[in-house]
Amino acid sequence: MSLLEIRNLSVEFETAHGLFRAVDSVDLEIDQGEMAAIVGESGSGKSVSMLALMGLLPWTARITADRMNFDGQDLLTISQKERRKIIGKDISMIFQEPMTSLNPCFTVGYQIMEVIKEHLGGTKKELEARAVELLGLVGIPAPESRLRAFPHQMSGGMNQRVMIAMMIACNPRLLIADEPTTALDVTIQAQILELLQDLQHKRGMALVLITHDMGVVAETAEVVNVQYAGQQVERQNVVDLFARPQHPYTHALLSALPERATGKRLPSIPGVVPGLLDRPTGCLFNPRCQFATDKCRSTPPALHSKVLCHYPLVDGKPTNNHPGVSSQGSSGQEALGGNV
Amino acid sequence: MAAETVLKANNLKRYYEIKGGMFAKGGTVKALDGASFNLEAGKTLAVVGESGCGKSTLARLVTLIEKPTDGELVLGGFDIGSAHTAEEKRTLRQMVQIVFQDPYGSLNPRQKVSAILEEPLKINTSMSSAERRAEVLSMMSRVGLRPEQADRYPHMFSGGQRQRIAIARALMLRPKIVILDEPVSALDVSIQAQVLNLLTDLQEEMNLAYLFISHDLSVVRHIADDVLVMYLGQPVEHGSREEIFSNPQHPYTQALLSATPVADPSRKRERIKLVGELPSPLNPPSGCTFHPRCPLANERCKAEMPKLAPTSSAQVSCHAVAEGRN
Repeated sequence: MSLLEIRNLSVEFETAHGLFRAVDSVDLEIDQGEMAAIVGESGSGKSVSMLALMGLLPWTARITADRMNFDGQDLLTISQKERRKIIGKDISMIFQEPMTSLNPCFTVGYQIMEVIKEHLGGTKKELEARAVELLGLVGIPAPESRLRAFPHQMSGGMNQRVMIAMMIACNPRLLIADEPTTALDVTIQAQILELLQDLQHKRGMALVLITHDMGVVAETAEVVNVQYAGQQVERQNVVDLFARPQHPYTHALLSALPERATGKRLPSIPGVVPGLLDRPTGCLFNPRCQFATDKCRSTPPALHSKVLCHYPLVDGKPTNNHPGVSSQGSSGQEALGGNV
Repeated sequence: MAAETVLKANNLKRYYEIKGGMFAKGGTVKALDGASFNLEAGKTLAVVGESGCGKSTLARLVTLIEKPTDGELVLGGFDIGSAHTAEEKRTLRQMVQIVFQDPYGSLNPRQKVSAILEEPLKINTSMSSAERRAEVLSMMSRVGLRPEQADRYPHMFSGGQRQRIAIARALMLRPKIVILDEPVSALDVSIQAQVLNLLTDLQEEMNLAYLFISHDLSVVRHIADDVLVMYLGQPVEHGSREEIFSNPQHPYTQALLSATPVADPSRKRERIKLVGELPSPLNPPSGCTFHPRCPLANERCKAEMPKLAPTSSAQVSCHAVAEGRN
């Protein structure tokens, strides 16, 4: 049985302009010790889907799902009190900006000990010993003296380590890392990713990595979910995804990477991710897709073997009786989507 | 066509004095400590390094926002250090423009796009309002914005479009040099590609020299002609893009390259681990500033500061490379 199973998760927000679907029928399944990644541009609902799992969304959010099971427990029907016992202990989450996620008024030692006290308990001495051990584990030099440091006295990379120490304090079975390295320099990023992978191997912890950096995905993840405008458009293991992307969005996203480019011009994706007011009919990607047909513009696609597309790509060519690529909007064209 | 050298920097330095407080001692921060390079028209020089390595200080010096503490900066034949009339300074400043990292913070939310783009012309030229308007519209179409968008406010645009506005603003006075301070790092991959293509096109069209500041090596590899790698205010390696990426010599350059994630899951490689973090520039290590994190460091590195010296391919500042210990 998988550790986490989410089926058909949708999150809607009540806004002044009507209902906005930030997450649209997303499935996620993670086994013990697995490393999964959710990738997509900003506005694709990556963070919101995980916040929904954590129960951290504001009351304006309407969360619906067919199933949301963690380790045999149904998170949909669970009481708030029982949820508190799981969140922070068995499931924990690291946020993007370590500087703003830590409380500036308390020492890092206090903040780490608070987590352990809440979930596991112990005497002050035990808590302190455990906090020192954790800081050492995440590679902070001289952990005893760092216990009394405030977040502003440390660098971004150090604070991110403190966040990680705090989140692994109760030996979680699932760790969600929301852009854990985006705010950090590459050398520090490499250290943090290595640390996370190390923890995953040593403790059999499952890890969900939310990111927009395809390089990070390639180097760390085993399974990748690609999200676009709240929908899950493709799910594959990492090697196949990079070698044989099946959804036109994944294909375009990968070719837009500067390191994969061959010429001086990058193949770019015209336009931007649709927002609340400019959701297209049919497939949500059709205005930016070079293979879009009339069918794409009118009918939303169904999931074809884990790909949300009418015409999944094989070797970069659409299949399923695609009527042929129209000449307008070929991938090299710099068309500007005026979606304002 | 021989490329015209539009900017020459020789041993450029910028120090900041820190005043002592009630508890803290004063000191000198060597934000930039001896950078030399040339910028040629139509070429791109990329400056890479971690935060705190002096990349942005360099940008402030080249845009004449700040004066160098020491060193020589020659812009289009004029030495910045020597005295100039107000008129000369004005023409000098018009030659260099800058595009900032965050397109959300660098545009005035209360100005319409047309007003943002017109402002440099208003201040620096004697064009009539009709001429200015025509100039604004032609620049907007050049960067891929539509004329009807001229009367909109910045918040009505997406991140990529805002960066287009920022680029258009920088180009209004037809500069020769554009400083691009992490111009695409706040953008999503698909939008990043659009903006990079635009920058390439504009460079060809207007024969611009770019000083491209970035920490994203995959972007640098795509856009740069030459690369300058900095560490703690000092250049450690300077060479052509091909040399830096195919044959990096300085241990820091090698570590930086190996730390950059590559979007290819089938490639397995040895990562050079850098221990620790960037030291404080207020109290830099003795000798070579990189020695506490360097796998090749020895006694000489701790004591003696290396100088940038030419090797077979690039200029490298490292004792280990000079002695052939690498």
